[in-house]
Amino acid sequence: MCQIESYQEMFERVKEKGEGAFIPFIVVGDPDFETSLEIVKTYADSGADALELGFPFSDPLADGPTVQAADKRSLSSGMTTKRGFEFIKCIREYTNIPLGLLVYYNLIYKMGEDEFYKAAMECGLNGILVADLPPEEVGILLDTADKYGLDQIFMAAQTTTNERLEKIAEMCTGFLYVVAVMGVTGARSELADATVELVSRVRCHSDLPLAVGFGISHPEHIQNVLSAGSDGAIVASALLNIIEENLENKEVMLQKVGSFCRQLKEATRHKKIEELV
Amino acid sequence: MISKGKFGKFGGVFVPELLIPALEELEAAYLKYKDDDEFNNELNYYLKEFAGRPTALYHAENLSKKLGCKIYLKREDMLHTGAHKINNTLAQGLLAKYMGKTRLIAETGAGQHGIATAVVGALLGIPTEVYMGSEDVERQKLNVFRMELSNAAVLPVESGSRTLKDAINEAMRDWITNLKTTHYLIGSTMGPHPYPTMVKYFQSIIGQETKRQIMEKEGRLPDTIMACVGGGSNALGIFSEFIGDDEVELVGVEGGGHDIKSHRTGATLTMGTEGVLHGSLSYVLQNNDGQINEAHSVSAGLDYPGVGPEHAYLKDTSRACYDAVTDQEALEGFRLLSKTEGIIPALESAHAIAYAKKYAEKKENKGKIIIINLSGRGDKDMDLVSRQIGG
Repeated sequence: MCQIESYQEMFERVKEKGEGAFIPFIVVGDPDFETSLEIVKTYADSGADALELGFPFSDPLADGPTVQAADKRSLSSGMTTKRGFEFIKCIREYTNIPLGLLVYYNLIYKMGEDEFYKAAMECGLNGILVADLPPEEVGILLDTADKYGLDQIFMAAQTTTNERLEKIAEMCTGFLYVVAVMGVTGARSELADATVELVSRVRCHSDLPLAVGFGISHPEHIQNVLSAGSDGAIVASALLNIIEENLENKEVMLQKVGSFCRQLKEATRHKKIEELV
Repeated sequence: MISKGKFGKFGGVFVPELLIPALEELEAAYLKYKDDDEFNNELNYYLKEFAGRPTALYHAENLSKKLGCKIYLKREDMLHTGAHKINNTLAQGLLAKYMGKTRLIAETGAGQHGIATAVVGALLGIPTEVYMGSEDVERQKLNVFRMELSNAAVLPVESGSRTLKDAINEAMRDWITNLKTTHYLIGSTMGPHPYPTMVKYFQSIIGQETKRQIMEKEGRLPDTIMACVGGGSNALGIFSEFIGDDEVELVGVEGGGHDIKSHRTGATLTMGTEGVLHGSLSYVLQNNDGQINEAHSVSAGLDYPGVGPEHAYLKDTSRACYDAVTDQEALEGFRLLSKTEGIIPALESAHAIAYAKKYAEKKENKGKIIIINLSGRGDKDMDLVSRQIGG
């Protein structure tokens, strides 16, 4: 395996090509270890520029029904924190693109921050985003991330004031996760105007690469957020829905996942339509 | 935020970024109105005229004689809607009104907090929606009907274990989505800051009255105060005024379920380990990975795998002690109080009665003055108890 690509390198790579980053999400172990691994490989083979990997949690309060169901499938199939790291190790053997972990804080607290971050480094992760850990509760976690060479990624939301944005941008490394909607994760048909405004606002307060997530479920959503100034888009529930709808037929599932990923990646290549005209 | 709401290392604001501004807004409103004359006049009016405060501190002579201690019952069971929950829902409902919120949401397990929120929604004219696990909706049909009669919508929750913890998750998700219009009226001393501090403050009226009443009746402080602990609001409500009085022993009684050593228990402080659930660091029932276990108790109000963070602090500093009684013992406590005093306690409160019985059996405790917070009445449990012990 050649050297792991950093978030910075990845965002520069896609930028040079005039593209945005396409970052698909999966709950590791959904619906089971092997299938999940094949799905992630399909993501990587179908244009993913980075991968966002979620550890399942029994009580995911920032997530809508789609991710909740994925968490449940993963836990029922026997996923644990230890196996989660083994899973990521398997992905790391397959690709060198950036791998980010999305996790709820209790899993880290239970294992111990240092041990968790050490394991994360050892399996080849680039960064960690803790869904329920705002800057107020970060404590020494930034030092721990630094110690193991991991990016600590934070979220910015429509409710985040400019003052907080500055603070968050200061702590954050890798990229800033911009929460597109007021709400929880889940596929949505419309992308709010407020999302576009938020991207512009965050852009004014940070030089970090921005990736927009929550509710991004159509190629047009991706084009919109990239046009607004985002450097990438994270797609979760729309992909997990395909998994859920095709649990009975793995071959069809992988084929549909691959074809949807290629569409989404293609959308990142046309972000500045108006400039081309 | 002015405070992170820490009790030692416990508590905090472990929530998604989206919620932080809402917690800041709530903290600011709470700090502003808790000392506001108009707010307090209105709240005190409703507490007296609508809810029925003050409640009596009743000397339970028959039970005292039987157990060999001098036992007083703080009669929160006499309040409107049947439990202490109304102290908090009136206060938070008014706070929501002063904040200009136009919608209330709440979680409920057995339905007590849901009902107390529903009636306040009706009283103040604020549309109210209550999240309730579909399992609980099925088990507590009459309470669903009571909420609906007061014009609240009951929203069944199908996720997770379909009980209280999942109703809380779903209410949080709703709140994240509707922050501008909605106040999330949490029913116990749990959740992210400012809830544990705020709910305790609104329930501390129990302790204030109790202190005044026991001084009038006995001219001295009690030896021991007992209260059941689910999330922990009735216990903190009565403990609050006595935490500084080191000579007063404080005992929290958890729902032990079938057997506290099994996984089928609600005894979070007794059997759990440190962890983060629903926005704060406290004790939780969890597996080795930090996945939250389902709780079990015959009493739905104690059937929760978490507990308020201040209780975790009081436990670790040994200011209060915590123990659990089993379902079976609680049912015996239920019968004991009903038979000796003609007072039918809520199954939650019956845990404190059952503990008092065990406590009084010890020689060193004979003759002590004990106050039990009788947090609720048992009307809601008739169906369940008649099936368990025969009518």
